[in-house]
Amino acid sequence: MIVGVAVAGALGAGARFVVDGEIRVRRDAPWGTVAINVSGALLLGVLVGLVLFQGAPTDLQKIAGTGFCGGYTTFSTASFETVRLAQKRRYGAALLSSLGTLALTVAAGGLGLWLTSV
Amino acid sequence: MTAPGTRPLHLQPVAVALVLLGGLLGAPARYAVSLAAPTRPGQWPTATFVVNVVGAFLLGLLLATLERRGSDTGSRRRLRFLIGTGFLGAFTTYSTLALDADLLVRDHHTGLAIGYALASLAIGLCATVAGLAVAGRLIGTMVDPDVS
Repeated sequence: MIVGVAVAGALGAGARFVVDGEIRVRRDAPWGTVAINVSGALLLGVLVGLVLFQGAPTDLQKIAGTGFCGGYTTFSTASFETVRLAQKRRYGAALLSSLGTLALTVAAGGLGLWLTSV
Repeated sequence: MTAPGTRPLHLQPVAVALVLLGGLLGAPARYAVSLAAPTRPGQWPTATFVVNVVGAFLLGLLLATLERRGSDTGSRRRLRFLIGTGFLGAFTTYSTLALDADLLVRDHHTGLAIGYALASLAIGLCATVAGLAVAGRLIGTMVDPDVS
């Protein structure tokens, strides 16, 4: 189990690195991290919902959820990028990206749960 | 920065390998914390909160320390990929934080959900700043990272 979590976590981290890099070619920090965290929350919402409402095995939640989604999304990078924006006096962007990520990830997770509960 | 004609960082094999390796260690570390302190319905999600706050502190400490040592090249950049992007990125999680809140709302603990989400954000930011401070980047006031 822990090996599954480790491998899935590694893949999640790698996916985050590539996706963020691709977004950074076109946009500045922190919007890559925002997109990653929101998409990861949506995916986790679907996975948790599949386990809770559709009888999917709990191993799915552990490996794909805890492993991949947990590895894919990141709280530490988001927090650092917010502080960095504030240091650069970009307070509007700091506020928007931090509160926005919080609101959008919760909304995305809720959407995932709702989609799998019908 | 990459020279013209070379691949962007996020597609270079060594960089990706370092991130993968860090993630390979970071995710099970987070999982171990969640096993040690399982989140129960209606209760504060301690495991997620702890990994996120600790991870935020450590990333602030790491990145500020690396910046003080020099430019983002060579072994410093490799350490950033391995420990920062890889390990700490996988150790911390925004998706679990969000679903923690969603499930609390579903179980009619909306106040706790809101408190937990906002506290995670606020205390996480404090932890990042604390990491920067420990690294010596902050002396009294915020230092503009573009001027150094």
